[in-house]
Amino acid sequence: MSAIYVLWLRELKRYLRSRVQLVASLGQPMLYLLVLGFGMGPVFQRAGNGSYLQFVAPGVIGMTVLFSSIFSGLGLLWDRQFGFLKETLVAPVPRLQIMIGRTLGGATVAVMQGLLVSIVCILVGFRPAHIALVPLALVFMILIATVFSALGVAIGSSLQDMQGFQLIMNFLVMPIFFLSGALFPLAGLPKALALATRIDPLSYGIDGMRSVLLGQAFYGAPTDLVVLIVLALVLLVFGAYRFSKIEV
Amino acid sequence: MISVRNLVKSFGAFTAVDDVSFDVGEGEIFAFLGPNGAGKTTTIKMLTTLLKPSSGTIELDGLDPQTKQNEARKRFGIVFQDPSLDGDMTAWENMEIHGVLYHVPHKLRRRRIEELMKLFELWERRGEQVKKFSGGMKRRLEIARGFLHTPKILFLDEPTLGLDPQSRNQLWTHVKRLNETEKVTVFLTTHYMDEADRVAHRIGVIDHGKLVAQGTPKAIKEQTRTESLEDAFLKLTGSTIRDESAGSADQMRQFARMWSGGKR
Repeated sequence: MSAIYVLWLRELKRYLRSRVQLVASLGQPMLYLLVLGFGMGPVFQRAGNGSYLQFVAPGVIGMTVLFSSIFSGLGLLWDRQFGFLKETLVAPVPRLQIMIGRTLGGATVAVMQGLLVSIVCILVGFRPAHIALVPLALVFMILIATVFSALGVAIGSSLQDMQGFQLIMNFLVMPIFFLSGALFPLAGLPKALALATRIDPLSYGIDGMRSVLLGQAFYGAPTDLVVLIVLALVLLVFGAYRFSKIEV
Repeated sequence: MISVRNLVKSFGAFTAVDDVSFDVGEGEIFAFLGPNGAGKTTTIKMLTTLLKPSSGTIELDGLDPQTKQNEARKRFGIVFQDPSLDGDMTAWENMEIHGVLYHVPHKLRRRRIEELMKLFELWERRGEQVKKFSGGMKRRLEIARGFLHTPKILFLDEPTLGLDPQSRNQLWTHVKRLNETEKVTVFLTTHYMDEADRVAHRIGVIDHGKLVAQGTPKAIKEQTRTESLEDAFLKLTGSTIRDESAGSADQMRQFARMWSGGKR
């Protein structure tokens, strides 16, 4: 247990220490929130869908958690490169504990990042419909973070070097983001697109957040919850399996 | 303390380690020498549970590192060829994480960290991030860390690579002292023959995966009728230059250097 704790703490310390990274990682969500939020606002309003800023804020929060958690999982690549990974792999600790410590650390960092963006959302005018349900949004953030940290660790365990990184970025992370309905409503989409959004794990996370924050749901919060919990467990097992196969 | 019998490791058609057998006694300093790509690091990886042997047996303090992985890991410390510190953490935190991972009890951990960091002259800078350290300081920290859980065996894979003579000298003085005071068995590889001659009790020379000579430095010099260990080494392994292709790790290191502007 202490191994899990010390590795979790390490992720947290690294996050809090790299202030530049902390600020830099807020840049992209800000662009989506402010430029798209206010830029698309009039069109969205005219289409009869209400305020776009309200709509897009949960999406931007979800996006932040997605990027942050998947990158922390891929941080494995850095540790492989700077050798710290080997230090943990020869330690007399089951690999499962090492993987869990990393994943939980990455997930915690992602949730903190998500909370930071949530605060910015509120500052620029986002208002949750039901204050009482806000803690539930945190539950969804934690689930999104766990799912994608585990996925990140699974991928990070399989990649040998940074060349694969761009590939993952362009063919996995960006599609997960764009197909999640973070930027547009899921209702009334063309068939192919609707199917793609259905198999995107993040779409359940964002739907869940929207349903508890705004009372607008597509799948409904209970479905979202079940899908994410099952997926988190599956990916944790898969990530642990991939991690156990690492050879250095 | 270390007993290796008929050890073989092949990667596809290439045999990196070919039928190697040797013993290292308790409290002994054993130097494993060989040109680039001879199979030194592959052997160390097998000894330290990082690679599975294709065939043959290994015993560390009577334990098979394959079946009793965690038990075996508690018994050795290792300093890798490449750095394995976390640059964002402080020197003290690197020691602390290691201590926790190796189940060193809290009080003992604190005491030992202080002792070792003072011995390796790092205590004053314990609160600084490791990425700000010089190459010599990083190495010292790694070796201090390797001793933290009072291992019975310490593996040192080219620990003095890229260090100036002062640092090398100091490093071996510390290792020798701890070898004497704590009775640690030391298994090391190096390209500096003078180091091996001075520090090691016994030497094994490996080339093309095969152990070509074994014995005290004196015996090896006598056996090859040479004056210095360097001459003996060249006589045993020939003078052709071995070129290793850059692995993905080397390429990544280069990439990272570009990425971080050489900060790490």
